[in-house]
Amino acid sequence: MAVKRVKDGASGYALTTLESLVAWGRKYSLYPFTFATACCGIEVMGAFGTHYDLSRFGAEVVRFSPRQADVLLVAGTVNYKMAPVLKRIYDQMLEPKWVISMGACACTGGFYNNYTVLQGIDKVIPVDVYIPGCPPNPEGIIDAVVWIQKIIETGAPRAAERWPIK
Amino acid sequence: MSVVLDRLREMFPADVVSTHSDFGDDTALVRRERIVEILAFLRDDPELLFDFAMDLTGVDYLGEEPRFEVVYHLYSLEKKRRVRIKVRLHEDDPVIDTAVTVWPGINWFEREAWDMYGIVFRGHPNLKRILMYEAFEGHPLRKDYPKAKRQPTIGPEE
Amino acid sequence: MAEPFQITTMGRTPDLQAEPMLINIGPSHPATHATLRFQAKLDGETILDLVPEFGYLHRGFEKESEASTWTQVVPYTDRLNYVSPLMNNVGYAMAVEKLCGIEITERCKYVRVIISELSRIIDHMVCVGTNMVDLGALTNFWYFWKPREEVYFLIEELCGQRLTTAYTRIGGAMADLPEGWTDRVLAVCRGVIPECIADVNALLTKNRIFIERTMGVGPISAKDAVALGFTGPCLRAAGVPLDLRKDEPYLVYDRFDFDIPVGEAGDTCDRYLVRMEEMRQSLRIIEQAVAQLPGGPINIDDPRFILPAKAQVYENIEALMNHFKFIMEGVKVPAGEVYSATEAANGELGFYIVSRGGGGPYKIKVRPPCFPLFQGIPHLVKGQMLADLIAVLGSVNIIAGELDR
Repeated sequence: MAVKRVKDGASGYALTTLESLVAWGRKYSLYPFTFATACCGIEVMGAFGTHYDLSRFGAEVVRFSPRQADVLLVAGTVNYKMAPVLKRIYDQMLEPKWVISMGACACTGGFYNNYTVLQGIDKVIPVDVYIPGCPPNPEGIIDAVVWIQKIIETGAPRAAERWPIK
Repeated sequence: MSVVLDRLREMFPADVVSTHSDFGDDTALVRRERIVEILAFLRDDPELLFDFAMDLTGVDYLGEEPRFEVVYHLYSLEKKRRVRIKVRLHEDDPVIDTAVTVWPGINWFEREAWDMYGIVFRGHPNLKRILMYEAFEGHPLRKDYPKAKRQPTIGPEE
Repeated sequence: MAEPFQITTMGRTPDLQAEPMLINIGPSHPATHATLRFQAKLDGETILDLVPEFGYLHRGFEKESEASTWTQVVPYTDRLNYVSPLMNNVGYAMAVEKLCGIEITERCKYVRVIISELSRIIDHMVCVGTNMVDLGALTNFWYFWKPREEVYFLIEELCGQRLTTAYTRIGGAMADLPEGWTDRVLAVCRGVIPECIADVNALLTKNRIFIERTMGVGPISAKDAVALGFTGPCLRAAGVPLDLRKDEPYLVYDRFDFDIPVGEAGDTCDRYLVRMEEMRQSLRIIEQAVAQLPGGPINIDDPRFILPAKAQVYENIEALMNHFKFIMEGVKVPAGEVYSATEAANGELGFYIVSRGGGGPYKIKVRPPCFPLFQGIPHLVKGQMLADLIAVLGSVNIIAGELDR
């Protein structure tokens, strides 16, 4: 299912062969940066574990340096003390980059509505895929990675391209 | 009656305001003037030997006067006993001596009470914020701090 | 800040002037389990001084609980120590029950013991697994995740959630055990868990590299550990045999026969060995608890605390009103204050609850076991190398959810 791609003036219906090849390579070799702060981090570890095995989808190599990663997987609550750190990590990543917001706390602040919790990481960085749940099943993480792969495969515009949302 | 409370009343009759053992917890409300002596006595007295400072916290009784309360929870390894020591502080003078000299482990608990309630520990080596960021204004666990009043470091206000 | 100090070799001072380097570790760092930060003053690789900082996961547990009813606080407690959430639920429920003055049923006590010990096992597995990942031994992490998933299947059957369980209620539990659950628990406790513990033991305990990396690293004496307020495996590794399950038995721990492993040097190797042995002892406790598990109701028969049966709610107006009041206003707990402590996987987890009557708490303070442990880390690593800090940090098992609340 190809998406009309409006960027650089190239309004192609489908990607060219070279672009498809590059997209194929990219989507099956995603390097996640797991920004795991809280309970969702344990489910991330479960997703990389042997029962749910994220390496089947190519996203096995976890890079702990933002310079080397292309998917930022924010798992867990981000509070105001941590938010500048998150923004800095996001800025340090190289283009193209995608962001997965995992769990209720990262999506909207979860059930913490108080003086310290950032009500959703999309207040500070653009997010491509949201995974609901508290915490989501590791299958949810797999689903999100597959969505990112679909976004790459079809050349759909990334969230960063429509950021900040006016 | 409780051995701990009796001993405490015996040694510091003027400082112990009230005691109770509700729900099985020995509790003593004391005055703040000689708090370090009282705590050191509790640690060193051979019948009591409270060598663990398990917890220190503040409580905000908004509307009551004195408003703040500092609560110490102590545990004795040898005697296997617990005691709770409480001290009341006035709103405009929430100052109390630090207990770091008695148990070094109580250091960060006092910093947290300062951060969350604004209780000043006189003589503390490093009384800075511990949970909140430095730029935060106010003391969030006070009852008059609204729960959802945000002071964002980055991002929109709401 | 930058004071130059002289290096002397063989009595001669060379021309070099070296200053200690101040580096920042964290808060987004794989080995600090995210959200912990250190500012280390280093002389080469040796740590001269260390200032830890946290608060990057402060979520306002206390403020949220002040705005909730008693039962609504239970989900917030799961997220304190999120690798062993059932223990936090049990600790909180026990504290409120102490305040209410109610005694739960025998069956509920045994069930709480079983779930606490299962949680202790999975917590120690995470601790040892991630500690070893930081040291480079990744296999143990995968080996330990397998029994964790098996235990998660059990927990999911019990309360519908793998991680954030919210299982206990005041006066009982959310629901009784499913059919045949105890058989499955025994199957896991006799099968997967001891096998994996044996596997990891075979890989690590007599391994030269592991011993070199962990023996003598981050030692602490018993006296210092007590003065700093350590509890739990870190204290027991230092030689102090304090365990609330034996010293202040709660629930039905006094009916079981189990041992408390105590170390000597308080270093990383001892902490690892204490944790491994505690897992084996927890298996013993679970066997005995399942064997002694009585029948009967899991909730107490007290309409002040327990939701009425659903069939009654649909038919009877009093039950409906009772149900409504519970949900909207919360359980009515008497006024007073109480401190209740349990032996969580990391140490003494204390809940200090102040109640003014009414449906919700006035104040809940959680005494996290990691708090004094994290405070003691500079004490453990001063004079050692930077890589030792990583080994020590993993072995002390800092869970940020609990530390920051």
